[in-house]
Amino acid sequence: MQPFVKLEGLTVPLDRANVDTDAIIPKQFLKSIKRSGFGPNAFDEWRYLDHGEPGMDNSRRKLNPDFVLNQPRYQGASILLARENFGCGSSREHAPWALLDYGFRAIIAPSFADIFFNNCFKNGILPIMLDTAEVDQLFNEVQATPGYQLLVDLEQQVVVTPGGQSFPFEVDAFRKHCLLNGLDDIGLTLQKVDLIKAFEAKHKSSQPWLFN
Amino acid sequence: MAKTLYQKLFDSHVVHEENGTALLYIDRHLVHEVTSPQAFEGLKMSARKVWRVSSVLAVPDHNVPTTDRSQGIADPISRLQVETLDNNCAEFGVTEFKMNDARQGIVHVIGPEQGATLPGMTVVCGDSHTSTHGAFGALAHGIGTSEVEHVLATQCLVQKRSKSMQVLVEGKLGCGVTAKDIALAVIGRIGTAGGTGYAIEFAGSAIRSLTMEGRMTLCNMAIEAGARAGMVAVDDITINYIKGRPYAPKPEQWDAAVAYWRTLHSDEGAIFDAVVEVRAEDIQPQVTWGTSPEMVTSIDGRVPDPENESDPVKRGGIERALQYMGLEANTPIIQIRIDKVFIGSCTNSRIEDLRAAAAVAKGKHVAANVKLALVVPGSGLVKAQAEQEGLDRIFKEAGFEWREPGCSMCLAMNADRLEPGERCASTSNRNFEGRQGQGGRTHLVSPEMAAAAAVAGHFVDVRQIA
Repeated sequence: MQPFVKLEGLTVPLDRANVDTDAIIPKQFLKSIKRSGFGPNAFDEWRYLDHGEPGMDNSRRKLNPDFVLNQPRYQGASILLARENFGCGSSREHAPWALLDYGFRAIIAPSFADIFFNNCFKNGILPIMLDTAEVDQLFNEVQATPGYQLLVDLEQQVVVTPGGQSFPFEVDAFRKHCLLNGLDDIGLTLQKVDLIKAFEAKHKSSQPWLFN
Repeated sequence: MAKTLYQKLFDSHVVHEENGTALLYIDRHLVHEVTSPQAFEGLKMSARKVWRVSSVLAVPDHNVPTTDRSQGIADPISRLQVETLDNNCAEFGVTEFKMNDARQGIVHVIGPEQGATLPGMTVVCGDSHTSTHGAFGALAHGIGTSEVEHVLATQCLVQKRSKSMQVLVEGKLGCGVTAKDIALAVIGRIGTAGGTGYAIEFAGSAIRSLTMEGRMTLCNMAIEAGARAGMVAVDDITINYIKGRPYAPKPEQWDAAVAYWRTLHSDEGAIFDAVVEVRAEDIQPQVTWGTSPEMVTSIDGRVPDPENESDPVKRGGIERALQYMGLEANTPIIQIRIDKVFIGSCTNSRIEDLRAAAAVAKGKHVAANVKLALVVPGSGLVKAQAEQEGLDRIFKEAGFEWREPGCSMCLAMNADRLEPGERCASTSNRNFEGRQGQGGRTHLVSPEMAAAAAVAGHFVDVRQIA
């Protein structure tokens, strides 16, 4: 996993609540058996005017000019500004894979759905929860200011606006450690192999039917 | 100290806990073809093995056709995904019910059906509707593919404790009111993010009266309220359901298992972080009108008017939903005409769901304006049971199509889907934009209400159908 330490990036506002993972990456693209290549189909139904299917040459498809990600001023954005309950619905990790492949490394919203929030950390994306009022302010500023860039500093746990205003955010210490160092969870867990084996033996003796 | 059911289940699986992060032991890992290929690939790349192969049960369900399967899967991309599951299971020694196995079906139907879901277990699957299995007094939730790989490799999951919410439904459900209606009514009340960060325990006399099928429907929809896990305490109904199933405890283990299972309830005086109380008598048959499960009202209600919403983000959401759904504000729900009907999905495809829908459809016929009414059983065994009871004949005589088991039009990864602009009465769980096909319009209802809508050609109060 790519470490996440500090990111200064163009910010794009996606002004709708309850954006679900079906919208982030529609079902027809879930048939892939790979982890990569989902970026061109991120937000496919909102982003293109035609119906997308796997295997299409996306560079030849007609873009929906009204969709915010297609506006010239937001090209190259790496920070996504969103509304409440972002990433709700399906547990598909294809959603963070698509966002990462598109180029997003951080997402700022007032709240996230649990499974999506968790999946982001496994893929080097930092989901940041700020107060609704703070998110409102960022929406106003980004819409009013072409080229609006935010600075996200994970070590210091702050989002800094171009005007120099700092918004602190919370992040779980273990997740922060893994993200800062790009650590693979499985490797860490396997350092506790003796504890797992001991638990398993005890569990098996008390509930043997679980091991039939 | 008095513990909630959630605390008991969590505590009994902690391998290690440090600074609020726990390593949780996983008893059952269910696997399907969509969210597992990258996990198996990860194992191979790191030369890792599956920690405990006997804990894993795999089945293809999302991509499988619901029509004749003797020629295999026509779509080459879907076929590759199912073949990849077959190959991975063979290579790692995982038990799989393949597409043409009589036991194949939707992963959340076959787990309980086989007795592979048991009280007191931790159950995970790379699928958000894993919350279904909490109906058995288990701690069950969906995980992402990285976590699928993690569980395969370590038998554990890195977890933080959730807060606990009790949804208390006291009283007696009215005739024609189902577990699905409880779920939708609760989501309408607390919202799709209302349960975020919580594990929900459903309790109260109305829940105790539900069958296991009803409890599964309810827990299935916990994720639509934002809660990763939903659960119901163990009682006689739970224990009787499990007895005799293939993966149930062996006869010599049975008494000890039952004695333990009977402890799986929240203790008297246990404290929940939140409590939501609903009176069963207040719940009417529900119909969603928008593009989120919280956009729901009763059958006697109307499509809302965005003018009445003061919050600008919510107003924008209602306006966008009405535009997508092709609905006018203030339209009575019973005036909404439908094009298709889908009875199936991990929410409502079990034998009891099919019996309920068949009871409504019996002796009637699908309305002329309904282009397609699909019945997709949750598993091969549900299908066989239904056929033994003659339900397939009732459906077919009424003009419904009787299909092979799978996820089907719940998410339209196979050929079953809505065309742009088509409107569907669906017993599934999500009415998101494009969920059942790009441009498709989904209204979530119970099986009874879906069958009634099929017959009437528009939504209708099932309680008024003789």
